[in-house]
Amino acid sequence: MAKKPDLLPGTLDMLILKTLTRAPLHGYGIALSIKRLSDEVLTVEEGSLYPALQRLLLQGWVKAEWKMTETNRRARFYTLTAAGRKQLGIELTQFEQMIAAIGRVLQDAEV
Amino acid sequence: MNPFQTLSRKLSILFGRKRFRDELDEEMAFHRAQAEKEFVAAGMTAEAARYAAIRQFGNSTQLRERSHAVVGFSFETMVLDLRFALRQLRKNPGFALTAILILALGMSASVAIFAFVDAALIKPLPYANPTRLMDVTESLALFPRGNLSYADYVDWKRMNTVFSSLAGYTGDGFALTTPTGTEPVPGERVAVEFLRTLGVVPVLGRDFHPGEDVPGASPVVMLNYRTWMRRYGGRPDVVGKAVNLSGVAYTIVGVLPENFQFAFRDNAEFWAPQQPTNECEKRRSCHNMYAVGRLKDGVTVAAAAADMKSIAQQLERQFPDSNRGQGASVMPLADAMVGDIRPILLVLLGGAGLLLFIACVNVSSLLLVRAESRRREIAVRGALGASRSRLIWQFVTEGLALVAAGTAMGLMLADAGMQVLTRLISKDMMIGMPYLRGLGLNFHVLLFAGLLAVLAAILFAVTPIFHMAFSNMRDGLTDGGRAAASTLWRRMGANLVVIELATAVVLLTGAGLLGKSLYKLLHLDLGFQTDHLATINIALPDALFSKDAQVVAFARQVVQRVESLPGVQSAALTSLLPVSCNCNTDWVRFVGRPYNGIHNEVNEREVSAGFFATLHTKLLRGRYFTDEDDASKPNVVMINEAFARKYFPGEDPVGKQIGDTQLTPRSIRRIVGVIDDFKDASLDQEQWPAEYQPFNQSPDTYISMIIRTTQDEQAVLPTLAKAIHQVSLQAAVEEGATMTQRINDSETAYIHRSAAFLVGGFAVLALMLGVVGLYGVIAYSVSQRTREIGVRMALGAQRSSVYQLVLREAGRLILIGVVVGIAGSIGAAMLMGKLLFGVHAWDAGTLAGVVVVLSVSALMASYFPARRAASVNPTVALRAE
Repeated sequence: MAKKPDLLPGTLDMLILKTLTRAPLHGYGIALSIKRLSDEVLTVEEGSLYPALQRLLLQGWVKAEWKMTETNRRARFYTLTAAGRKQLGIELTQFEQMIAAIGRVLQDAEV
Repeated sequence: MNPFQTLSRKLSILFGRKRFRDELDEEMAFHRAQAEKEFVAAGMTAEAARYAAIRQFGNSTQLRERSHAVVGFSFETMVLDLRFALRQLRKNPGFALTAILILALGMSASVAIFAFVDAALIKPLPYANPTRLMDVTESLALFPRGNLSYADYVDWKRMNTVFSSLAGYTGDGFALTTPTGTEPVPGERVAVEFLRTLGVVPVLGRDFHPGEDVPGASPVVMLNYRTWMRRYGGRPDVVGKAVNLSGVAYTIVGVLPENFQFAFRDNAEFWAPQQPTNECEKRRSCHNMYAVGRLKDGVTVAAAAADMKSIAQQLERQFPDSNRGQGASVMPLADAMVGDIRPILLVLLGGAGLLLFIACVNVSSLLLVRAESRRREIAVRGALGASRSRLIWQFVTEGLALVAAGTAMGLMLADAGMQVLTRLISKDMMIGMPYLRGLGLNFHVLLFAGLLAVLAAILFAVTPIFHMAFSNMRDGLTDGGRAAASTLWRRMGANLVVIELATAVVLLTGAGLLGKSLYKLLHLDLGFQTDHLATINIALPDALFSKDAQVVAFARQVVQRVESLPGVQSAALTSLLPVSCNCNTDWVRFVGRPYNGIHNEVNEREVSAGFFATLHTKLLRGRYFTDEDDASKPNVVMINEAFARKYFPGEDPVGKQIGDTQLTPRSIRRIVGVIDDFKDASLDQEQWPAEYQPFNQSPDTYISMIIRTTQDEQAVLPTLAKAIHQVSLQAAVEEGATMTQRINDSETAYIHRSAAFLVGGFAVLALMLGVVGLYGVIAYSVSQRTREIGVRMALGAQRSSVYQLVLREAGRLILIGVVVGIAGSIGAAMLMGKLLFGVHAWDAGTLAGVVVVLSVSALMASYFPARRAASVNPTVALRAE
């Protein structure tokens, strides 16, 4: 199995929160969504997804409730909270700052 | 984020643990099902899809644990680990008990000795600003801390510029008349500013006033707190009351605080201002006191010493006769009070620390053996998803459980040990060490124990971490790789065991020799019959018995009175009891012989007529004294055989005359008898020549009485004081003791006994540690060589040869340990030559005994791993390859 690029450390929470801005999703849906939106480049390991969801729940950035899926199965759906939206804003800003900084360093190195 | 919310959610999960787990399981099952569906949609068979989904999903137990770790409390995992650790230890009680016991023993020795160190060296003296207090004395070449003379003290006080106050003190004894008779009580005479110098305030009444130490001032006295309680029932109206001490009426003005202590004279019951009235205090050449000074601000000890020395030199020039060679000594009061025991305590603490270290290393070696035998378990758990840190944490938890149990048990043992050690200290020595009162598991000691526990815990945590770091976990499944660490450990462990065994040999030999010395000492033929002999000391107040005739009359009556008591066969008096010391000596010169001025030093005792008959000694020549040998008759003297041998070789001494070095006419006395040698000196001193003069010709107001009894001598003791008081109520009577008690409690016996006990205790610890250490190393080695042994057995090796294989390895270590140990112990025994009595450093019996004890216990320890090695099933051992 060809190795896919790992997620940048610390970005999983941000990706989950971002995914949830559009609609409530269950765990599998979140993983699938990230995979599709990134054109199959980013894969969320289940081993990190569920601990991350527990962490977000604990922080109060997402809420969870059991609902029925379209295929009539019970699944736990995660919804973004107001605090989560705020947190996403913070993380996006930090992330953009970091990317910009990395970009500057790389450009400089090429000259 | 609100930490309170987090906590409340964590708590709700903690209590709804089952729901949390169910929800998580369901969620993950859903995830797998969805993934499976997708694989099927992509064209996989149902079965292949299911496996693919499970593979993709990973280890669900590990996943669940990780989710749990996010929301759970870390102590939850700890509780789980702890429960598992306890289960593991219970499953293997031999290991657990050995480890805990070893730890507890090592811990208790260190903690108990630290308690003494804390009490003696760390805790400050209970005075105000104690580091500024100095012990101030004169000094001579022979006595670095010599007594002060009163006249010098007065000059020092006047001339010095370094002390804000300087206060003298001197020991004294008073005869206290009580309703039950007269008792000698210890007292102290001090400068009026003595307590102010120390910064101590009376708990009741007032301090001494200036001027109360001038001769003629009305006598006042202060009570020790214990005396106030014991003799006056703690009544507050005691202040202002009068008390009769040695025939003088004193007024009680105050009571010392309960925590007051003064190591130089802690048993003093009555404290009075020092009026320079006795003969000694009137002469500059007579030294009978010490002083304590408080340094002025900014003055160093060295500066104070320099100032006092220059004053001493000035006085030496001024009074060349009395002050020749009299220097000055200034040292911190705490150092003077603790004195000689500081190095002893530090050596003991060092030894105990070393034992504890060895104990810890042993326990970690045991932990390693276990880690080794659990390689498979660890590997399996690792394969099932336990993370490396989690596994290490598991070992750490086990180590912590051991340390906790060991510490708890160690504290109990330490408490008991302290009591044993305190009991080893004789009553007289205890008076000089008031700081040991209330010794116990106080805050400092518990803190120290806690520190040791933490260090031990760190060691036990580090050991398995090292072990796991060096060994590849996957190898555990195959029983394959042998890490470099294990060889390293085996070599280090083997060397350590040799050292441990050698130490054990040295200590065991020391204990054996000391024990034998003690036995020889206590079973020495003293030249008289020691059983059925009671003794009691009597002090007559000089003021009331100033004439010799009064003392002689008292002596005659008191012997008669005591001899009439039931159970008493005979009684006699002496100036000094047998088995005391080579002391109270006299210089003799022989009439009719040339004299070259040398000092013929002999022991001198004054004894009453029945003394030798009461002791049951043998008369060799001449006659005993009679009661008629008194001042009205010519002076007579008896000598012992050592005297006759030394000064009258080949002559009959009876009838010869001896005198003092000047042959003063009234000192001339005729030898009337020679008595067989008996023990005047202390138990381990050599026999000196001795002369005995009739008590009636040379009476003294301090008298010792010996009483030969027909029944149990202990039973006679309580009746003695009453009988003596019937003769004179003024006679101060000390508590009596049997001769056997006195011998057993004598300083010599005490020193030998404490040495034997201490070394014996350490020896037992060292032996146990050595044996456990050996077990650890051999067991580890066997666990490492299981495959090798399997191969050997598969190739036809007999079980007996496997036994041999293991026992040879152990035997080699034991042999080296014993040889090194014997060499060391002969050396050590020579160093403690002074403590040995009647045995040689190379005492064959002791050495042989030690070798047998050590070898047998060490071989027993190696037998268990050898048996395990021999019971290796070759098929199993080889399949593991």
